[in-house]
Amino acid sequence: MQNNCIYLDNNATTKVDPEVIEVMLPYLTDYYGNPSSMHTFGGQVGKAVRTAREQLAAILGADESEIVYTSCGTEGDNAAIRAALLAQPEKRHIVTTQVEHPAVLNVCKQLETQGYSVTYLSVNHQGQLDLDELEASLTGNTALVTIMYANNETGTIFPIEQIGLRVKEYGAIFHVDAVQAVGKIPLNMKTSTVDMLTLSGHKLHGPKGIGALYIRRGVRFRPFMIGGHQERGRRAGTENVPAIIALGKAAELELLHLEEATAKERKLRDRLEQTLLATIPDCVVNGDVTQRLPNTTNIGFKYIEGEAILLLLNKYGICASSGSACTSGSLEPSHVLRAMGLPYTTLHGSIRFSLCRYTTEAEIDRVIEVMPSIVERLRALSPFKNDDAGWLQGQEQALAHR
Amino acid sequence: MWDYTDKVLELFYDPKNQGEIEETGEAGVKVATGEIGSIACGDALRLHLKVEVESDKILDARFQTFGCTSAIASSSALTEMVKGLTLDEALKVSNKDIADYLGGLPEAKMHCSVMGQEALEAAIYNYRGIPLATHDDDDEGALVCSCFGISESKIRRVILENHLTDAEQVTNYVKAGGGCGSCLANIDDIIRSVQQEYASPALNNYGVQVATEIVTSKQRSLTNVQKIALIQKVLDEEVRPVLIADGGDVELYDVEGDRVKVVLQGACGSCSSSTATLKIAIEARLQDRVSKSLVVEAV
Repeated sequence: MQNNCIYLDNNATTKVDPEVIEVMLPYLTDYYGNPSSMHTFGGQVGKAVRTAREQLAAILGADESEIVYTSCGTEGDNAAIRAALLAQPEKRHIVTTQVEHPAVLNVCKQLETQGYSVTYLSVNHQGQLDLDELEASLTGNTALVTIMYANNETGTIFPIEQIGLRVKEYGAIFHVDAVQAVGKIPLNMKTSTVDMLTLSGHKLHGPKGIGALYIRRGVRFRPFMIGGHQERGRRAGTENVPAIIALGKAAELELLHLEEATAKERKLRDRLEQTLLATIPDCVVNGDVTQRLPNTTNIGFKYIEGEAILLLLNKYGICASSGSACTSGSLEPSHVLRAMGLPYTTLHGSIRFSLCRYTTEAEIDRVIEVMPSIVERLRALSPFKNDDAGWLQGQEQALAHR
Repeated sequence: MWDYTDKVLELFYDPKNQGEIEETGEAGVKVATGEIGSIACGDALRLHLKVEVESDKILDARFQTFGCTSAIASSSALTEMVKGLTLDEALKVSNKDIADYLGGLPEAKMHCSVMGQEALEAAIYNYRGIPLATHDDDDEGALVCSCFGISESKIRRVILENHLTDAEQVTNYVKAGGGCGSCLANIDDIIRSVQQEYASPALNNYGVQVATEIVTSKQRSLTNVQKIALIQKVLDEEVRPVLIADGGDVELYDVEGDRVKVVLQGACGSCSSSTATLKIAIEARLQDRVSKSLVVEAV
């Protein structure tokens, strides 16, 4: 199963590139020195960490001094939000969106209990923001605007630079969770309005347990992890050297393959999406189909439930993801799809296929081959057949206020 | 990762009895339908029962389910379990029976088995012509979980029937508290209230005495006279104080074999939750204290 699976869940995590593993391994075996040590044994490791930092900075169009390693995307988001607030204690307002990752949303919810006010910007049916709503929310009291670059569930890309221009007018710090964007779209922090940006290693064919936070030079930053002087005092703790080396290499390879890989992924994704829409009745694409990551499609298959779809896909060795409640720890379906105002008929049966540079045409063909029968099989079991069914219609209306 | 038993997977991959049963006008046969769940909650079940009118026997059962693996498997299991039973026998099928048939369900999926049991009950009540408003106690009482529309009475019932002891379990069984979570503290209060109600000092005073007789009764078969006396005693000492506290009461009318006929009085007589009172407060207690085969009916 593991070696033969058709892996289309790359927004959850990615396969570690073999070249990445190759460069990482010596730092788990022979080169185990502490990069902060003064002796040669540690110093050679420190030199490798600097090289990795340069590689990572390159994919962001940043300076290596602007990179702080973290343990993951969640830490990056937490660190950025808390640092921005600590640096501006007089300001008590945060702006974010309803569709952020829990690593941002749950921090904001916690901050609300600590006296901060938070504006959660809404999205439309395509998952896009209203820039006027953003503008109206900004005040001189706004300390931080934290908005994701691309949505992990739908792939919808937000107009980050347009947002940043507005944020700057109000003197707020602009943090971007770019965990899904790095390696999938070109980035250049030199010409950007972004102050801080989060990324995660395992989303770009690096290992898990390593991430980074870009902090624009000059942006005030107050660390919440305090201890030694690692990472220029911005993130204490001995560096996870093998993972840092791996992330550097992963970033180098992503940059190298970016153009060719994204073109291939977009072509395969579009074929998958268009064929499924053409062959399966009552299904829709969720999200903004023009401003979207090239590797992601989120399709709502009406009247059936996502976990059941996933288990049948799994039987064919196909790995995907769902926004249904039954696949999450919560009993509520995806907050992203709900924020988009999708009807329950669609959102419970939404499946995300996310591709990567390893995805092949044959794999996409296989999904195209099996998906219609899976949907047909589950619809044969379902009591819901169309939007006019009395049972269904009444419930949708009753729940419209929720 | 899914943690399903082989039986769950078997009935998911190859579900038995899927589909509808249509009324064909066949003499002596009627079709009962029960619907439960909602598209918003992510699972819904429509159960069809083909009933032989004279014998009250379920000749066939089919289902249509919108839901996850567990929901589909639970629905299929339910239809297999009730075929051949009389409606009274079918009413005794609990959500635990459904889960047991499947070799167990993940705790977080127990609500799928509850949905099966509720759909069965809905179908039988529909068949018997009991208007929904008078048997659906779930619509009564305060709304506790507004995310999933779960009332206090439904939560109390699932706590009692499944001996639940914490809010997380309640969420797993009926979803209440699984949305925004703001009602979890209220659910904790309900659990505590149910526990206190069924372990009140007044009952314990009697409980010692009744328990002695239960021990005795379990060691030998009861004569009819002994059985009726013990039923009367349990009603007087364990059931009536609870009902009286709520403004109601119950009187033992007759005992025919295992059928215990009672008259609900006071608030219980006109209460729309009387069916739940019969099943939970009276029948379950008598089954526990006197004999598992007892069935309680209101006259």
